[in-house]
Amino acid sequence: MNIPFLSKKLKWTAAEWNETELKKGFFRPNQKFCTEESSRSNIRVEHLNVSIQGNRILKDVSTEIPDRKITCIIGPSGCGKSTLLKSLNRLQEHTEGVEVTGKVLVDEEDLYAPGVEITHIRRKIGLLSQRPCPLPMSIYDNVAYGCRIHGLRNRKKLNLVVRHYLQAVGLWEEVKDRLHSPAGRMSIGQQQRLCLARGLAVEPQFILADEATSALDPISSRTIEDLFLKLKEEYAIVLVTHTLRQALRIADYVIFMYMGEIIEAGPAEQIFKNPQQELTQKYLQGVFS
Amino acid sequence: MKLKFIEEKLMKGVMLLTTLLVFLFVGSILYTIVRNGWAAMSWEMISSLPGGGFYIGKEGGLLNAIVGSLYIVGASTVLGLAVSIPVVFYLNVYLKKNSKRAAWARLAYDVLFGIPSIVYGAFAFTIMISLGLKTSLGGGIIVITLLIIPIFIRTMDEIARELPQDMLNASYSLGSTRFETIKVVIRQIAPGIATATLLSIGRAIGDAAAVLFTAGYTDSIPTSLGQPAATLPLAVFFQLSSPIPEVQERAYAAALMLTVIVLVLSLLGRIITNRFSKNKI
Repeated sequence: MNIPFLSKKLKWTAAEWNETELKKGFFRPNQKFCTEESSRSNIRVEHLNVSIQGNRILKDVSTEIPDRKITCIIGPSGCGKSTLLKSLNRLQEHTEGVEVTGKVLVDEEDLYAPGVEITHIRRKIGLLSQRPCPLPMSIYDNVAYGCRIHGLRNRKKLNLVVRHYLQAVGLWEEVKDRLHSPAGRMSIGQQQRLCLARGLAVEPQFILADEATSALDPISSRTIEDLFLKLKEEYAIVLVTHTLRQALRIADYVIFMYMGEIIEAGPAEQIFKNPQQELTQKYLQGVFS
Repeated sequence: MKLKFIEEKLMKGVMLLTTLLVFLFVGSILYTIVRNGWAAMSWEMISSLPGGGFYIGKEGGLLNAIVGSLYIVGASTVLGLAVSIPVVFYLNVYLKKNSKRAAWARLAYDVLFGIPSIVYGAFAFTIMISLGLKTSLGGGIIVITLLIIPIFIRTMDEIARELPQDMLNASYSLGSTRFETIKVVIRQIAPGIATATLLSIGRAIGDAAAVLFTAGYTDSIPTSLGQPAATLPLAVFFQLSSPIPEVQERAYAAALMLTVIVLVLSLLGRIITNRFSKNKI
């Protein structure tokens, strides 16, 4: 059992605090600032049932999220895509009347086991919501916030982390002169990239994105997609999407859901070219959506 | 002309008229107070204690009432905030959306919100008698705190309910606890806290009924919580009921001070609110 106040603080000491390289505007996805031993991790869902106010939203869902790949969850509206995504870091516990049975194992640790300390698991799982939601503080503080709550206080190191992750999302050049102005004043596409930088700054292993591009203009959403393609070298990305074309462009692995069940899951190639199930075929042909 | 265009013009006229009416109210109140109270206003009125008994007091000022009011308002605002901020965060961050417990809590403070201040006064009076306490500054502070807590909670809750769930989720997903999340979202509702404080101060400083039985009235400045304290609304009340014109004038001077204090606080509040809402999303 975990005792919350003893849960590990991250160590921000090691890694290369390579200032010169950063100043060249160079970004490597594998540059990490905290020295947590990260044996490659995985998320496994076992017999997950979720019901909200008596309605069963997810029915006996079992699946595994592959590492260093982009996994797209597709399916018609109301099929439980978002619920599945939220179950992966236990965010739906803030709604009344949600009942969950089954297991979600993150690094072999069950999120739903009694007494589990959720905050350090959530730290490993970044979230990008549909509409960008910066925190009510400055651009700098938004990125630094996560590091601060996980124990990084050193101003100089914070500056480096902030710069590194703003470069990672291609925002540094745009905002470097107004780092301390409120985040709410940026354009919506910039805000979404800021949210991504904020999530990356705590150095998660997974990124969950809930239709992360649907509120954005085509250019901004393309930028986010390109970022995902770059980030999958180091992160496992789970993307819920409504646009099949987006899934076609970037997915490595596809999970097709219908009415709260996983109908078919597999490598993107196989699902798109040679779907096994009739429902999948129909959905891909656009018979229903 | 078509009927709907006449309707449009007519309604616009009505709205304009009612808006002007509000200005008229404000103007006429200020005019009355200033006209009647200006003659009695002097530096002495603000800076010295009453010379005679308060019913026929012709000399001295109202420093006792000014200080008493500020004591009571200051202390009860701090106490009120200390009680209501945790309530608001419990309702909006710790409890789940649409939880039954939150619904009951909201019902409870809505009931408190509707109770007239004289009832608070009478309630506190009964308790003070049963405890053998006399009218005192402490009693006044407590009853005013009770009076403004529902205002605080209600105003802040209205704003905290609009906290986007996405913002809370964003904070949780970075691995912060609920309390760390509160430290973030407090910036989002800071304007709400400022508004609530202003409303509460306005109510607290202007309330005569609640302090009538609990704080009492006196000519001197209280030096401890156990002594009675004068307040501006009661200064207006007692002096206006006197038949002597000079004393009545002093009542208007007290009313003028009360209005000026509230106006200054509202303006200050506006400025502070604007500064706080800089980062609001």
